[in-house]
Amino acid sequence: MLRSKRSEYTTAAILMAPFVVIYGLLFVYPTIKMAQLSLTDAPLIGAGKWVGLDNYYRLASDRLFSVAVWNTVYFVILSVVPSTLVAMLVALGVNRLKGWTQSVVLAAFFLPYILPVSVVFRIWSWMFDKDFGIAQNAVQLFNNGQHLSIFRTIPLFMPAVAFVTVWWLLGFNVLLFIAGLRNISTEIYEAAGLDGASRWAQFTRITWPLVWPVTVLVFTINLILQLKIFDQVYLFANGGRVGATMVMVQFIFTEAFQMNKGGLAAAASVVLFVLIVVLSVVQFQLLRARGAR
Amino acid sequence: MTASVETGADLVAPLASRRLARLRHLDLVGLVITLVTVVGAVLWAFPLYWGLVTTFKPEYEVVRPGVELWPQHFTLENYAHVLLQTKIGLWYVNSLITSGAVTIIVVMMAAGAGYAISQLEFPGRRFFWWMILASFMIPIPALIVNHFILMSQLRVINTLAGVVGPQLIAPVTVIIYKQFFDSVPKDFREAAVIDGASEFQLLFRIYLPMNWGVTTALAIITFIAAWNLFLWPFLAVSSEDKMNITVGITQVHDAFGVSYGRDLAVAMLAAMPVAVIYLIFQRRVTQAIMLSAGIKG
Repeated sequence: MLRSKRSEYTTAAILMAPFVVIYGLLFVYPTIKMAQLSLTDAPLIGAGKWVGLDNYYRLASDRLFSVAVWNTVYFVILSVVPSTLVAMLVALGVNRLKGWTQSVVLAAFFLPYILPVSVVFRIWSWMFDKDFGIAQNAVQLFNNGQHLSIFRTIPLFMPAVAFVTVWWLLGFNVLLFIAGLRNISTEIYEAAGLDGASRWAQFTRITWPLVWPVTVLVFTINLILQLKIFDQVYLFANGGRVGATMVMVQFIFTEAFQMNKGGLAAAASVVLFVLIVVLSVVQFQLLRARGAR
Repeated sequence: MTASVETGADLVAPLASRRLARLRHLDLVGLVITLVTVVGAVLWAFPLYWGLVTTFKPEYEVVRPGVELWPQHFTLENYAHVLLQTKIGLWYVNSLITSGAVTIIVVMMAAGAGYAISQLEFPGRRFFWWMILASFMIPIPALIVNHFILMSQLRVINTLAGVVGPQLIAPVTVIIYKQFFDSVPKDFREAAVIDGASEFQLLFRIYLPMNWGVTTALAIITFIAAWNLFLWPFLAVSSEDKMNITVGITQVHDAFGVSYGRDLAVAMLAAMPVAVIYLIFQRRVTQAIMLSAGIKG
């Protein structure tokens, strides 16, 4: 018995070892180092001296950082709300379809989601291209017949990138909503139909309350995801006035890799880290309260 | 909800006709909804189509005003040019190597850890499980600075190993494996133990084969995610020869000169593997996505 216990420990150790080593080296260690680095004035590579909370005070008064925070929040609002709502509408529509039509329609909405961000960037740069983009036909209508460089017009930048992001990631949300809708038994609708409930009443009284937990899930997943926005904003802004459209991860990137301020970048990373962890805990509590898990 | 209780034959006829009337009324509204959905799907897919069809046009057609949904002169010149004149082949190989390595390491590691936590008793088991659950929420992009420092200290910056490293943090994969191993009936285990099977035999002969579908789903989604990742490969590599395709096509833009057709051809080539994987394994991909969002499907 003792022998088998010991062999069980050995097996467990062998099976756990790769995970523990990688997890410790690539997650726990960098996280601790990040907190440590944020309290120094070190450059990206090399040592620095202890400065206490100076970096955090500097962030609080750093104009670029507050621009980055507000742009991030702005982007989150512009992308998360529409993508949750549109995804629900699409899911309701797709869920009515049957057989191969459903597969094809679902694939049309989902396909963009599996593309690399650089491909999405290329496709939409082409769609909105100032000279030859097909979307300029629509832009003209709102711009006195003139073409407009959408991603070089600062007020339009975030809405445009958010629009592209919604196009890109909608499929994921649609999938989650469809999973939620499929969990509603058809008997409820049949019973409601016999009772003469209108389509609208069926939606507000049955579908919406039952899909609400999924809505919370989709909303919070997207919220947390979009706080980490970098790729699209960086790619579309590249070559333009980057400072005006800066987002948080981009701020970290700029300070660390272009300004060589490791300490300050680490402090900004800690802020983002804490923000996302707090939101994740809130998400977890919300979902538990709603009984989604 | 009272109407469904009575079962008298005289009730059935009026009920059925009422239902029929409802259905006829519903069909009109339903038809409109269906139509809107289908039109929406076409519009949604259009940018993809438009990007693709542009790659088959000669450049003078690309910049011609007007909307031509099919090239007048179908050409593969754009593809020939980018395949022969750029490093796309090398970037492809780099992407394949790094994404393949990430997939294999993550799946093996997660299956092992998932099995140990699910089936074995050892000190620290609960501690590890809670830590994995808690790290479900870790924001990897917040760690880029320290990942870069760590990878420089390990002297793997600007190498493929450096690209792979930080992508190996995969708590979600462990969580999913653990849940699936939990639901394997204990009878299998007991029978095999009586037959003298070791824990490794149990894992490789029973638990993994029984959850083959999960492994496939997780492998596919891990590969797609690794192929598509931009931020870390973009930071970890500066020399053109070590770039992944997703980074290469955005960083070495100027080398082509301005050519819409070629830019898009390169993008389509970058998207092809994941698009093909999705179209073949549609079911598995959607299953894996639901699993990683916490919905068992």
